[in-house]
Amino acid sequence: MTQSISPVLLKVDGLVTRLRNGARIVDDISFRIKQGETFVLLGESGCGKSMTALSLMRLLPDSIHIESGAVRLDEADILALPERAMREVRGGKMAMIFQEPGLSLNPVMTVGEQIAEALELHQQLRGAAARARCVELLDQVGIPDAARRLHEYPFQLSGGMKQRVMIAMALAGQPVLLIADEPTTAMDVTIQAQVLQLLRDTQQKSGMSILLITHDLGVVAQVAHQVAVMYAGHIVEQATREQLFLHPAHPYTQKLFAALPDTARSGQPLAAIPGSVPPLHDIPKGCRFAPRCDKAWELCHEQAPEWTGVGEGQGVRCHLYEGQGAKAEGRVMGTEGMVPSTQHSVPITQSSVLLQVSDLQVHFPIRKGILQHTVGQVKAVDGVSLEIPQGRTLALVGESGCGKTTTGKALLQLIRPTAGSVRFAGNELIGLKAQKLRKQRAGMQMVFQDPYASLNPKMRVAEILEEGMAALNIDGNNAARKAHLDILLDQVGLARSTIWRYPHEFSGGQRQRIAIARALAVSPKLLICDEPTSALDVSVQAQILNLLKSLQQELNLSYLFISHNLAVVEYLAHEVCVMYLGRIVERGTVEEVLHTPRHPYTQALLSAVPRIDKRGVEMIRLAGELPSPVNPPQGCHFHPRCTHAMAVCRAAYPDATGISTTHGVHCHLYGDGLG
Amino acid sequence: MMPVILWTDALIFLLITVGITAVWYIRQRPHLMLPWQRVARSSVGMVSLLVLSLFLLVGLLDSLHFRAALPEKSNGQTVYSPEVLSVFDKLVSGLRSRTEKTYSAPLTAYLYAKESMEAPGGKILRDYPRLKYGGAHLADPQRELVGDVAKRALLGAAGGLLVWVLLIAAVFVSFPRRRESSGLIGLDGRSSKLRCARFPACAGMMENKTLRAVLIATLIIAALIGAIANLAAAYHVLGTDKVGQDVLYLSLKSIRTGLVIGTVTTLVMLPFALLLGVAAGYLRGWVDDVIQYIYTVLSSIPSVLLIAAAVLMMQVVIEMHADWFETAAARADVRLLCLCLILGVTSWTGLCRLLRGETLKLREMEYIQAAQAFGVSSLRILTRHILPNVMHIVLISVVMDFSALVLAEAVLSYVGVGVDPTTISFGTMINAARLEMGRDPMVWWALASAFGFMLVLVLAANLFADAVRDAFDPRLNRTEGVA
Repeated sequence: MTQSISPVLLKVDGLVTRLRNGARIVDDISFRIKQGETFVLLGESGCGKSMTALSLMRLLPDSIHIESGAVRLDEADILALPERAMREVRGGKMAMIFQEPGLSLNPVMTVGEQIAEALELHQQLRGAAARARCVELLDQVGIPDAARRLHEYPFQLSGGMKQRVMIAMALAGQPVLLIADEPTTAMDVTIQAQVLQLLRDTQQKSGMSILLITHDLGVVAQVAHQVAVMYAGHIVEQATREQLFLHPAHPYTQKLFAALPDTARSGQPLAAIPGSVPPLHDIPKGCRFAPRCDKAWELCHEQAPEWTGVGEGQGVRCHLYEGQGAKAEGRVMGTEGMVPSTQHSVPITQSSVLLQVSDLQVHFPIRKGILQHTVGQVKAVDGVSLEIPQGRTLALVGESGCGKTTTGKALLQLIRPTAGSVRFAGNELIGLKAQKLRKQRAGMQMVFQDPYASLNPKMRVAEILEEGMAALNIDGNNAARKAHLDILLDQVGLARSTIWRYPHEFSGGQRQRIAIARALAVSPKLLICDEPTSALDVSVQAQILNLLKSLQQELNLSYLFISHNLAVVEYLAHEVCVMYLGRIVERGTVEEVLHTPRHPYTQALLSAVPRIDKRGVEMIRLAGELPSPVNPPQGCHFHPRCTHAMAVCRAAYPDATGISTTHGVHCHLYGDGLG
Repeated sequence: MMPVILWTDALIFLLITVGITAVWYIRQRPHLMLPWQRVARSSVGMVSLLVLSLFLLVGLLDSLHFRAALPEKSNGQTVYSPEVLSVFDKLVSGLRSRTEKTYSAPLTAYLYAKESMEAPGGKILRDYPRLKYGGAHLADPQRELVGDVAKRALLGAAGGLLVWVLLIAAVFVSFPRRRESSGLIGLDGRSSKLRCARFPACAGMMENKTLRAVLIATLIIAALIGAIANLAAAYHVLGTDKVGQDVLYLSLKSIRTGLVIGTVTTLVMLPFALLLGVAAGYLRGWVDDVIQYIYTVLSSIPSVLLIAAAVLMMQVVIEMHADWFETAAARADVRLLCLCLILGVTSWTGLCRLLRGETLKLREMEYIQAAQAFGVSSLRILTRHILPNVMHIVLISVVMDFSALVLAEAVLSYVGVGVDPTTISFGTMINAARLEMGRDPMVWWALASAFGFMLVLVLAANLFADAVRDAFDPRLNRTEGVA
């Protein structure tokens, strides 16, 4: 490694940041970032990652302040600088990019103006010189047609473009350290791959250091040199990427790896970490992870562990490693959860088709003018057909904006489909009158993406759960309903006493359990899960996935699992449909689609997923982004981004081609030979 | 004595019944109690509630109307005076009856205007005459006034303090076991204070910030009331107006008018705003179009014009049917009520627009879609999901409107389309005082009193609403117990 000889750029020693009421948000953190190095802070939400970054920039909110510690950037004491000098440092030496590029750009200023502002401040460039530099920067971050983009407003750019502009703005001051706070979390995998690549390229060219904050182990695997794992305000482990992935030392890190879903474990439950991150005002006395750790003994609950070095450059905050002998033991345990299992434990049984969808279309008219005449159609869902047998899981995969969620809602008749047929348990749902539709409601329910938006904050758990039963007249009398509620809470793993509490008293994972219980309350046969884990932390995601899996076995439920997370799909689903711009481009069993993908889009999607174990799949970089469904490309929708595009692709949309009895694909590549 | 129930009285009693029922209902249900207990823990909230309830008390006493029996009888039947009085009038009859000739400044013994007087020697001299009541007991006001005022104020304050102590003792004796109800109202809090002496366990209650704040506030208020009451017996504490009426009396009487306008108008406005706003936002389509057109048209007419037209029409109707009303008070009261109705019907648009916007946002929330997936009816979604989630907006804007309405009444009275000239209100007070602002020396006290009373009333209402809003906001209370 070359970076071992490069000088240290940023030194953080014993940084403590606390709330005014005393809660320590960042608790005694020390690390070094060398020049040209990518240092990753890894941790779940609420563990103090972002607050660490804001402390370095001295941009903490009013209620939070830095109590002690030292931050030295290039030997300058950041914490001692006066505010005036600090302004030079921000943007000039340290720059920051945020998670939500849509919120970090000013919507009423053009892109050029915003970059020029940074240039004027830090480089004293004005007028033509600034404009030239802007174009140069936009070129550097890979924005095509940069000169024209300068005069565009943020709303004219897509999410990936906006993040590129943010990076360009950060680079404008030629910083030596770039702090990136979850820069790709809000993006699709294909865009995420583009942005991560951009960060790597920029780093190579300019030699700056990057402090990357993320919760995604896949991202860590792709870009990190050094990794620090944070838990409840502490850094619990620090190592190089190779060391961390080979020998995770801290039980928490080990658990994080074990909680990642993948095919190897799709038959057995994930190693979920019980409970959730402790609230910062109520931190346990001893080791902060002790209440969730299965290796904890008395000492862990009483005394906080000290920082212990294990191996070269690796350190850990755990009692297991304080005696040298324990070291080996810990490592052995680390691999315990990684034993690959045999194939599916669920026997594949032929069962009756529960839901049959054919040629489903949802078009939204675009209206214009005073008379509101229709000038066009947004073809959100354009001819989707699928089948879900009883007790099976079908995953619907695709980037955001491809119509996955709309499909789910159209199946439930929350959005009226334009055309097509939805047959549920033998009954046609489309065109049913509201009264008759209500009878069918109980059979099909939905679990939503955001557990914070899907529960009414003014209703207690009991009221939330009872709502469906009341609307559909299930369990007429009070006693029966009460008993049913208790069963539901048991099923989703919540204490019965929680029934009189309000949603805001629960954590994200618990809320998602309530949402699942609400759906189960009317005993549905099919659950439509719309990205149920994408708003959750890895450790909690594993709990919810385990729950969904065990509920399926217990109640013989069918799932339509809508997701962009291929690892989750791989773990949970039996069949997969890949959607692109309102149409299904490839379908088949999990093994077929995810291991031998045929459609170029599926291949690109799979290769863009950051994997912790690089399986030697060559990266297929997709150019550009999802086109607008208002005006889909002629011919095959995917051809403008496809590396295999031929003349015929521009002319006609490919028909379905069967690869095997279960595997089908819409692509001209296979049409001739096999069709 | 014959009790008289005016229309607005009936509405006030109705409101109070509803309020008491609501309190009883909430007390039965611990989860509904929870946010109110948070209100009870907020010092600002409790102190403003205390001030507000004093105003309410005055307004309430002023709403118990009766006609006194006259001493002479006709044909053996009791004859009642045509004048409708309230219990409050009876309580402060001194203030009401001690009218001077014209203006006089607060706490003075002389009239505002010079008069020609005959001196003992038969000489005519122009000087400020002594007041008939204010400071009449003083032999030489020039010398004794300041000392006497100070003495009376101190004595009164001491009396107030004594009453305060007695009151607390009385509360302690009569409610010895109310401690556990967490000091929701001031009385509970006070009782707990004294128990602390006996039970070390509740010594912690003394540390309770809210309790301390409320106790201090009651202490100050008791002393203030004591001092004012003692002074008012011999002086005009806030001076007198053009026809010599005591300004303190006028200000206190205005409270009821302000409260009626503020609350009854809100009651009229709320159903319109709630129903139409939420329906427009949730149902969209033609319902939304119709409602939007209605409120756009309504809010594009200058509101004063609209109100003035409606009030003048109403006035004509009332004047043509003088026989509908038994007493002048009843007529003035109906006019007040009509004014409330008119204000209510013309002022719902703002809140309606806010609620429509909020509902547009809420209807896309996933919990609404979850409810739709259960086939829950639209009406139920509106009442169970949307209404509770817009209540914070309603609460805030109702309190804001309350202040705005009290002020609107003043403006309308100024234009001449407000309450009946015989009704005492802040508006009529300001209207009467405005001309005298230009005089030298300035007649400032009538305006200042109206201003001061309105300020305290509106401020207390605003602060209380703030505390309530904070207590109900789940986002603010997520980290409860952190501090």
